[in-house]
Amino acid sequence: MTYYLLSVVQPTGQERPAPAELERIMRQVEEFNQELRDAGAWVFAGGLHGPETATMLRPKDGDVLVTDGPFAEGKEYLAGLCLIRAADLDEAMDWGRKAALATTLPIEVRPFVDEH
Amino acid sequence: MTGTADIEAVFRAEYGRAVAVLVRFLGDIDLAEEAVQEAFTTAVRKWPETGVPPSPAGWIITTARNRAVDRLRREATRDARHAEAALLHAPDPPPEEGPVRDDRLRLIFTCCHPALAPQARVALTLRLLGGLTTAQIARAFLVPEATMAQRLVRAKAKIRKARIPYRVPRDADLPDRLQGVLAVVYLIFNEGYTGDPGLCAEAVRLGRLLAELMPDEPEVTGLLALMLLTESRRPARTDAGGALVPLPEQDRGRWDAALIAEGQDLVRRCLRRGRPGPYQIQAAINAVHSDAPTADATDWRQILRLYDQLTALAPGPVVALNRAVAVAEVDGPAAALELVDALALDDYHVFHAVRADLLRRLGRATEAAREYDAAIRLTESAAERTVLERRRREVAGR
Repeated sequence: MTYYLLSVVQPTGQERPAPAELERIMRQVEEFNQELRDAGAWVFAGGLHGPETATMLRPKDGDVLVTDGPFAEGKEYLAGLCLIRAADLDEAMDWGRKAALATTLPIEVRPFVDEH
Repeated sequence: MTGTADIEAVFRAEYGRAVAVLVRFLGDIDLAEEAVQEAFTTAVRKWPETGVPPSPAGWIITTARNRAVDRLRREATRDARHAEAALLHAPDPPPEEGPVRDDRLRLIFTCCHPALAPQARVALTLRLLGGLTTAQIARAFLVPEATMAQRLVRAKAKIRKARIPYRVPRDADLPDRLQGVLAVVYLIFNEGYTGDPGLCAEAVRLGRLLAELMPDEPEVTGLLALMLLTESRRPARTDAGGALVPLPEQDRGRWDAALIAEGQDLVRRCLRRGRPGPYQIQAAINAVHSDAPTADATDWRQILRLYDQLTALAPGPVVALNRAVAVAEVDGPAAALELVDALALDDYHVFHAVRADLLRRLGRATEAAREYDAAIRLTESAAERTVLERRRREVAGR
């Protein structure tokens, strides 16, 4: 078993869906999470507040500098994440496909480094 | 006496099979390649004295496996945990979900996995199944060897780290994944069509392997037929000066009759299954061309019917352009030009070449010349440019 991170990618500046649409998406995401739990693949999942709520901490000469804002202003930002267990990339991609359809957003699938 | 030529022939023929078996045994592509290369090094030393063994592939696989086991044991004394982990993966074969059990089939599905970049799929397939060296692949694709080496290293690292599986996809995924494999083989073929002809030979070899491993997939047979029929015209396709000879002007006596016979037989066999697909239809179109003893004898109505079928299965502007060429033969250039003008293919040199040809046939020489200019500007093939420039001169001279 390998751990994979499914990152939900939100293009910057894309309009938020209408409330009814958002509610539908939230329901789909909850169903997806339940399916992961039922399959024993679920480890952790959650959505993130926007990058405007981020705070950066940078090491500098043994001290730490605090600044407001995200690490970098990008064309997209991390909107949420989902940590799963899967046998291989095909299995992880199957979950990734479902996540993309549920969230209506692009999903990046990345393996964690094996610990042994 | 066994020469290095014999061993090289065995290498080319059996490298893919040996690597495929060893990947399953060792669970790692790099280790498998090293073991197989070591086995061939041993063969180079031993076979000149002992002669080629009755089953060269079996000898190579057994030797490679023994080498790999020796090596893992040696490393076990140094790094017991690492070797133990490697051997732990070795004995249990991956769960089998597809219907076919040949290791080379597993390997080609791994090499052509959609999570790898298209260029990496091509390079891995040529390296692992074709047994081409990194230098040979780099030369064929006109990139520096270091670039190609890095591409291969990255792709193999992704397979290992992201755990791209080593198996034939389950039935539900097979149609999609098979399309991906066929696309890689056809891409290799097309790269060779305008470049290194060795790539065409390699693509045909891969096509034959797939047809042998998946005899019940008509599109696999269709792709092989398409490549054989295209390849049959190679001797007539360029003139002594290296310029491209268009199909209607080719000396049909120089077409390879054996390849045509094989290709046509395959077309008949796969179409009989009644599951047509884009490769089968394109092969059938080529089979109709191969049937005609002269260009004038071409059954264009049959070709147009096949293009209609292809349009229904795989619609797209390039198919529509090729269909228009058939329309020009059946209904005349004016009807074809109307179809071509509706296509948004301004960056595609063939679009301009076809348009130029139709305008020329309609007696609109000035416009035709302008279109030839556009085609000449856009083509990347020197052989094609030569014939376009000749046409351009002809139309300007009127």
